[in-house]
Amino acid sequence: MTTQTWAAVAQVLVLVAALAAVHVPLGAYLARVYTTPNHLPVERAWYRAVRVDPDAEQRWNVYLLSVLGFSLMSVLFLYALGRLQAYLPWNLGFTGLDPAGAWNTAVSFATNTDWQWYSGEAATGHLLQMAGFAVQNFVSASVGLAVAIALVRGFARSGTDARIGNFWTDLTRGVTRILLPFSFVAALVLVASGVIQNLDPHTAISTVEGATQHLLGGPVASQEAIKDLGTNGGGFFNANSAHPFENPTPFTDLFEIFLLLVIPFTLPRTFGIMVGDRRQGWAILGVMASLWAAALVLTTWAELAGPGAAPQAAGAAMEGKETRFGLAASALFAVSTTATSTGSVNSMHDSFTAPGGGVLLFNILLGEVAPGGVGAGLYGMLVLAVVAVFVAGLMVGRTPEYLGKKIGQREMTLVALYVLTTPAIVLVGTGLSVVLSPGIAGIQEAGPHGLTEVLYAFASAGNNNGSAFAGLTTGTPYYDTLLGVAMLLGRFVPIALVLALAGRLASQTSVPPSAGTLPTHQPLFVGLVAAVALVVVGLTFIPVLSLGPVVESLS
Amino acid sequence: MSTTDTRPVTPTSAEVPDGGIRHHSKRGPAGRALTWTQVRAALPAALRKLDPRLLSGSPVMFVVEVGAALTTVLAVIQPDVFAWWITVWLWATVLFATLAESVAESRGRAQASTLRATQQQTTARKVAAAQDTLDTGTRLDLLPTVEVASSSLQVRDVVVVEAGETIPGDGDVIEGVASVDESAITGESAPVIRESGGDRSAVTGGTVVLSDRIVVRITAPAGSTFVDRMIALVEGSERQKTPNEVALNILLTSLTIVFLLAVATLQPFAVYSGSRQSLLVLVALLVCLIPTTIGALLSAIGIAGMDRLVQRNVLAMSGRAVEAAGDIDVLLLDKTGTITYGNRRATEVLPVGSIGPRDLAAAARLASLADETPEGRSIVDLVDATYASSGGEPDELPAGAELVPFTAQTRMSGVDLPAGDGGRGVRRIRKGAGSAVQRWVHSTGAHVLPAEEAELAAHVDAVSRLGGTPLVVAEQVGEAPARILGVVRLKDVVKTGMRERFDQLRAMGIRSVMVTGDNVVTARAIAAEAGVDDVLAEATPEDKLALIRREQEGGRLVAMAGDGTNDAPALAQSDVGVAMNTGTSAAKEAGNMVDLDSDPTKLIEIVEIGKQLLITRGALTTFSVANDVAKYFAILPAMFVGLFPQLGVLNVMRLSSPESAILSAVIFNALVILALIPLSLRGVRYRPASASSLLQRNLLIYGVGGLVAPFVGIKLIDLLVSLLPGL
Repeated sequence: MTTQTWAAVAQVLVLVAALAAVHVPLGAYLARVYTTPNHLPVERAWYRAVRVDPDAEQRWNVYLLSVLGFSLMSVLFLYALGRLQAYLPWNLGFTGLDPAGAWNTAVSFATNTDWQWYSGEAATGHLLQMAGFAVQNFVSASVGLAVAIALVRGFARSGTDARIGNFWTDLTRGVTRILLPFSFVAALVLVASGVIQNLDPHTAISTVEGATQHLLGGPVASQEAIKDLGTNGGGFFNANSAHPFENPTPFTDLFEIFLLLVIPFTLPRTFGIMVGDRRQGWAILGVMASLWAAALVLTTWAELAGPGAAPQAAGAAMEGKETRFGLAASALFAVSTTATSTGSVNSMHDSFTAPGGGVLLFNILLGEVAPGGVGAGLYGMLVLAVVAVFVAGLMVGRTPEYLGKKIGQREMTLVALYVLTTPAIVLVGTGLSVVLSPGIAGIQEAGPHGLTEVLYAFASAGNNNGSAFAGLTTGTPYYDTLLGVAMLLGRFVPIALVLALAGRLASQTSVPPSAGTLPTHQPLFVGLVAAVALVVVGLTFIPVLSLGPVVESLS
Repeated sequence: MSTTDTRPVTPTSAEVPDGGIRHHSKRGPAGRALTWTQVRAALPAALRKLDPRLLSGSPVMFVVEVGAALTTVLAVIQPDVFAWWITVWLWATVLFATLAESVAESRGRAQASTLRATQQQTTARKVAAAQDTLDTGTRLDLLPTVEVASSSLQVRDVVVVEAGETIPGDGDVIEGVASVDESAITGESAPVIRESGGDRSAVTGGTVVLSDRIVVRITAPAGSTFVDRMIALVEGSERQKTPNEVALNILLTSLTIVFLLAVATLQPFAVYSGSRQSLLVLVALLVCLIPTTIGALLSAIGIAGMDRLVQRNVLAMSGRAVEAAGDIDVLLLDKTGTITYGNRRATEVLPVGSIGPRDLAAAARLASLADETPEGRSIVDLVDATYASSGGEPDELPAGAELVPFTAQTRMSGVDLPAGDGGRGVRRIRKGAGSAVQRWVHSTGAHVLPAEEAELAAHVDAVSRLGGTPLVVAEQVGEAPARILGVVRLKDVVKTGMRERFDQLRAMGIRSVMVTGDNVVTARAIAAEAGVDDVLAEATPEDKLALIRREQEGGRLVAMAGDGTNDAPALAQSDVGVAMNTGTSAAKEAGNMVDLDSDPTKLIEIVEIGKQLLITRGALTTFSVANDVAKYFAILPAMFVGLFPQLGVLNVMRLSSPESAILSAVIFNALVILALIPLSLRGVRYRPASASSLLQRNLLIYGVGGLVAPFVGIKLIDLLVSLLPGL
C-alpha cells in the first residue's frame, strides 16, 4: 500500500476509535437527558417565562402542532431578519436579501438543511449569522432530536393514549444539555487549533505583491462547532470547511468530521437503552455503520484511483480539493457530510470523480439514514427497519411486528407515505428543472454532468442535506423558491408522518417476543435493513442515475 | 368409580387410534397442481374479472390494465409488430392475474354446489302452538303440527323431525334423541347422535334424521343458516381483505406510485439528454417495475388459504381469524379427548405382599368382566394382553355369578362368584377407591399386616403422583377375612405423537397450556408426560376465561378449541376460537372457526395454515421486488444505448436488440405470474422452525432466487423472441 492509503486508513481508524470511545457513555447520557424528570434551574426559569408546563405529556398531534408552530415562527423570524438586514446593526454594510432568497434561506436554516445560495462573506452580516443562523443551528437540530426521541418513546411505551412526550421540554433539553455545552467545548478546541473567533468586520490588507486583499473576520469557531455537531452544514464562508479560517489543519478537519458523526452514531445506543434492549441499538448502529463504511470505501477508492481523463492527466483527482487535506481526507469528509445530512464541505463535490460523486449523491438519496442527521437519521432508519420488518416478518409466518409493536394497516400507510415523500420531491423537482427554461438556465455543464448537478441540488434540498454539488447556478428566483419548497416538504412531511407513527405505536400494547418472533438484533436483520434501503432507493433512482453519474462513470 | 371423567364421544370425535391427528382431506381434488381443465373452467370468470371496476381493488393490476389499454390505442394508431407484441403481453399479464383469482375461487365453487344440493326446499312440520306454550310446554311432540315450507321458518319456531326426514333448518334439539346423517356437511358417513340438553344438541339444516324422532327449535332464519354461510365462505363471495392483506396492498400501492414517478420523470430526463422515449416503452418499463407478481397473486393466495382450511374440514368465519392463527402465542387444549384418550385405561397391576401379579390380574379381570365401563373393559384388555395365563381365561362369568354394581355410597364394584368345587365358599372380589376397599376389608374382621398396609399406601401414592388413579382390588373367600390383593394402575393415556406436536409448537414459538378439571398433582404429571408447557388444573369455565384475558392483557394471542355451551365465553374471548361441529350452537356462534371433524388437535394445523398464508405473501413480495434489478439491466440499456453507447456494458445478458430486450422483460413478467399460480394456491412449504432459520431459508430462495431467476428467464425468452419476424 502507498503512504497515501496508509494515511487514509489511519485517519479512519482514529475517527472510529474516537466515536467508539464516546458511544456508550454518550448514548446513556442522551437517554438520561430525555427521560429524567428533573429540570435544571435555567430550564425552570425558561419554562416559566414561556408559560409551558414541562411535565405535561403531549399526544402526537399536539406534539406535531408544537413542532410546526415553532418551526413556522423560526421561518418567519429568519425571513424578517434577512429582508430587514439593511436596517439592523452588525450588517457589515450588506443589504437585505431578496424575497426569494430570504424565503430560501429562512426555510433552509429552519429545516436543518443549511442550503446556501449566497456567499456568506458577501451577503450576510454578523447579526444574521449569529441571531439567525446560529440560533437555528441549535434549535433545528434539537427539533430533529426531539422527533427521533418521540418515535423511540412510541416504541418503548405500551398502551398509552398516544402520548409521546413534551416537545417544549425535549426542545429545551436538546439545547441546554446537549448542543450548547458540547459545542462550547468544541468551539474552544477549534479556537485552540486556529479557527478564528471575533466580531471584526473584514480587514483590508496589502499582500506582498502590493495588491489589496480583504481578510474576513467573524465568530467562526462558535458557528463551526454547532454547524457540524448539529449536522447543519451552513458555513460562515462560502468555501465552508475548505476555508482555512473554518478548518485550518488536518486535526481540525478530523475533529469536524468527528463532530458531525458523533450524535447520529450515538443515537442508536440511546434508542437501545430507551426501548430496553441494547441489542436493538447495536443492530441499527450496524446498518448505519456498514452503509457509511461501504460509501467511504467506494469513494476513497474512486478518488485515489482517479479514473477519467482530467485526473489521469493531472496525476491525481485533486481538482476542487484542498492540498491541506488531500484525497483521502476529502473523501472521508465528503462521505460523512453527505451521509449525515450536514452538507458542510471541505472540497467541492462537483469535482469528485464520476463514481465518487455518484456515491455521494447516492448517500443523500438514501434518505440521510447512515447515520443521517441529528435525530433525523435515527427516525429515518427506524422507518426503513419497519419496512424490512414488514416483508421479513411475513416470511417467518407472523403478521409483522417490530419491538413488540404490530405493523398493521395504519402503521404501514404512514411508513409507505414516508418512503414516498422524498423520492417524489427529488424526482418531480429535478424533472421540472431539466425541462423548464429557468431551470435549464442554471445548468452549467451540458449532458450527464448537468443532470447530476440538478439531481444533486434537489436531493440535497429534499433530504435536508444542504451541500451543493456546485456547478449549478442557484440563487435565481426559480431555484430559490423551488428548492425552498423542497426543503420545507422534505423536512416536515416526514416529521408529521413519524410523529403520527409514534402516536400509533405508543397507543399499542407491546407484544412480548417469543421463539416465533422475527429477531431484529441479528446480523441477518442488519443485512436485510441495509438491503431494503439500497433496493428501495436504488430502484427508485436507477433510471435518473443511469443518465447521470452512471453514464459519466462509463465514459 | 367408573365413568367419572368421560365426555360424550361421537363417532366423528378425535378418537383416532393413531394418536389423533388426521391429515387426509375429505373433499376436493387430491392433486393441488394446476391442470388445463381447471384453467379452461376458470377462463370465462377470469375474462369477466377484466372489468376495470372489479380490478380497481388491486391498484397494481389496475395500473397494468390502464397501461395495456394505452398501448392498444398506440398500436392501433401506429401499427407496428413490436407495439402489438407488447400490447398482447400486457393484456396477458392482466389476464394471468384474474385467472389466478378465478382458479382459486373455482375450487370452492365445486364444493358450494354440493352444499347447495342440501338446501332444497323441504317441508317442515311446524308445531302449531302459542309461543309461550312452546317455551314452557313439555311433550311438544304430542302437539298438533302444520306443514310449512322450510324457507318460511322463523327463529324460535319448533318443528318435529322423524326418521328419514331432512332437518329443515339450524336449531337445537329440545326433545328426544336421534341419530343424524351429517355427511352432507362433514363428509363423514358415520351417523352422529343428537339429543336434547347437553353439548350435543345442535343440528344443522339439510342433514337427515336416520332414526327416532326429535323436536327442534330453530335458531337461524332461512337464508343465514350454517350451510348458507358455508356456501358464501367457500365461494369467496363474502371475502373481505384481511388486515395484513390491506397493509401489504398499501405497501404495493406505494411502490407502484414510486415507480410511476420514476418512470414519469424519466421522460424529462430523457428529453434533457436528447433521447425522447416512446410512450410504449415507458409503459412497458412501468409494468415491469411495479410489483405485478405479488399484485396479481395476492387475492389468489388469500382465497387459497381459506380453501386449504376447507380441505381440512375447517370453516373460518373470517379471514382475519386465519391470519391471527399465524400469530398465536398461546394454545389452550383440553386434556380429555385432545391430549389424552377420553377414558382412563389400566396400564399395570401392582400386587401387595405374597400375592403374585397373575393372581391379582386374574382377580381384577373377573371383577371387570361384567363391567361395561371403559375402565372395566380396559382392565380386561390389559390382563388379556399382558398377564394372560397359559390356559387362557374364560370370556364369560360362570353361571350364578352376581354382579355388585358401583354405587356412590360403597364407591366400589365387584362380583360374587358362586361356591365352586373343592368346598371353597363364595368368592367375593371388590375393586374401588383405596379407602372404600380397605373399609370393606376391615369390616370382614381382617387384620392387615403393617408391612402390607405400608406397601399398599406406597403403591397408591406412587400411582397418584404419576397422574394415575389407583384401583385397589381385594377378595374374600367364604367367610374368611378378606385380604388385599393389590392395586391396578388406571391412567390417562396420552395420545401417541403429542410430545412431537408440542415440540413443534414450541419451535414455532407457541406455548401450549393444558386445561383440565383434574387436581394439580395429576394434571402436572400428565402435562409432563405429554410435553405441554403449562397446565391449568381444577379449571372451571371462569378460570379458562380469566386465563385467556390475562394472556391477552400481556399482548399475547390465544387460540382454543371448545364444544360446550360453557366454553362459549372463552371461545368468544380467544383470538382464534375453534368450535367443534359436534358442539352446541352457542359454541359454534362464539367461535370464529368451526371444525367439522371435531378434532381439537387440528388447531395445530390451523396455525400452520395461517403461517403458510403469511409466508407465501412475504415470499412473493420479496421475489417480485428482487426481480426488478434484472429488468432494469434488460430495459435501461435498451432505452438509452443509442444515445450513450457506453451503456451497452450494462447489457450483461447480451440481449439481441433493444426491442427484444424490452419485449423479453415484459414476457418474463407475465409468464412468471402464470408459473407462480400453483405456488400461490399451494402455499410456500412451511416446516416448524425458529424465526431466523425460516427467514434465512426464505430470503435465500425468494430473495436471492428472485434476483437471479429473471436474468436466466429473460435471456432464454430473448433467444426465442429474437427469432420473431419483424423485430
